[in-house]
Amino acid sequence: MFCEKSVELIRELHRMGDGQLPAFNEDGIRQVLEEMKALYEQNQTDVNEAKTEGKSELIPSIKFRHSCLLRNQRCIAAYLYDRLLRIRALRWEYGSVLPTTIRFHMCAEEMEWFNQYKKSLATYMRSIGGEEGLDITQDMKPPKSLYIEVRCLKDHGEFEIDDGTVILLKKNSQHFLPRWKCEQLIRQGVLEHVIS
Amino acid sequence: MADASELSGGEESQEELMTPAELIAKLEEAWLNEKFSPELLENKSELVECVMEQITHMEENLQRVKKGDVKASVHRMEIDRIRFVLSSYLRSRLQKIEKFFPHVLEKEKSRADGDPSFLSPEEFAFAKEYLANTEVYLRNVALKHMPPNLQSIDMLKAVPEPCLDSFVFLRVKERQENILVEPETDEQREYVVDLDEGSQHLMRYRTIAPLVASGAVQLI
Repeated sequence: MFCEKSVELIRELHRMGDGQLPAFNEDGIRQVLEEMKALYEQNQTDVNEAKTEGKSELIPSIKFRHSCLLRNQRCIAAYLYDRLLRIRALRWEYGSVLPTTIRFHMCAEEMEWFNQYKKSLATYMRSIGGEEGLDITQDMKPPKSLYIEVRCLKDHGEFEIDDGTVILLKKNSQHFLPRWKCEQLIRQGVLEHVIS
Repeated sequence: MADASELSGGEESQEELMTPAELIAKLEEAWLNEKFSPELLENKSELVECVMEQITHMEENLQRVKKGDVKASVHRMEIDRIRFVLSSYLRSRLQKIEKFFPHVLEKEKSRADGDPSFLSPEEFAFAKEYLANTEVYLRNVALKHMPPNLQSIDMLKAVPEPCLDSFVFLRVKERQENILVEPETDEQREYVVDLDEGSQHLMRYRTIAPLVASGAVQLI
């Protein structure tokens, strides 16, 4: 049956749940594109036949194939666009450098889109009010307290806080740090907020 | 530190002088409206600039305070809070721009000269880049491999529009009379309501959109 492959693509994303990025299904896309090509060529011959020989009984199947083509196009666009939205969310979650495991799941064009998005966002944030701009990917949650207790989940090396003190973020060590400095590290999974 | 008179610098000259407290109140108002309205509201770049300046100002003042002063941490907290509201405000605008980018740009295009723009120049640049970037991406990955008659997608049709019929909670700041409410069901007729000052309502956004824009009601 036509369009099955393209619906399968959508299903694949749907199954993954929110925020997760499955590997780019190049093969699936290629198969849908091939199906579209076949449908299109079949339609071309039928259209010619219908015109020259006046075979009006061909028209319903031409229409049917065209609907399949449109559906395929729509499904592919939805698949790609939904992936972009997931990739966009990753920028907000991980910052501008993505973990290799995720990059592994992206195709070259997606990487390009991501880099461009990153650039646009950075330009925008730099332009907010005056000289330095404002990093709006920080301060994701309303601040409850200035300092929070965090536990280190992996070795991260030295880390400088605002007043110049340098602390060593070692695995399993626990620190009392300014919240605004560790928000991103928490999201990256380096630190864990200890709620006592 | 951040006392009343300190913000009244240059850029507020055309408006009346605003105290920092009023400024923050304005920011909160804009933030809540933006957060709860389904569509993108008019940009408030001036307000954003003032708040940014205020934050910088407070941070500078904070540098002068001795270490370990109780006052310092109270103010630090205050700065954090203001920065959160500001970031959250700008974030929700950016999210809407990304979500509805073709419509946002279309609206901007059809805007008459002299009407205030919904997008700040920076947001406009961002929206344009986002559209171009996404179009290039779709074309390169799939569309250019499709049959000739299917190589383009009408973004305006493909990306959903903001749903103006969604319901919003609001508080009335200035009394309004004769607000026309559209019928919900076939049996109902349209009717008018008066909105008393201070009263709270749950209504369709479309009905009260102009009032949000004029500042007569506050979304909550």
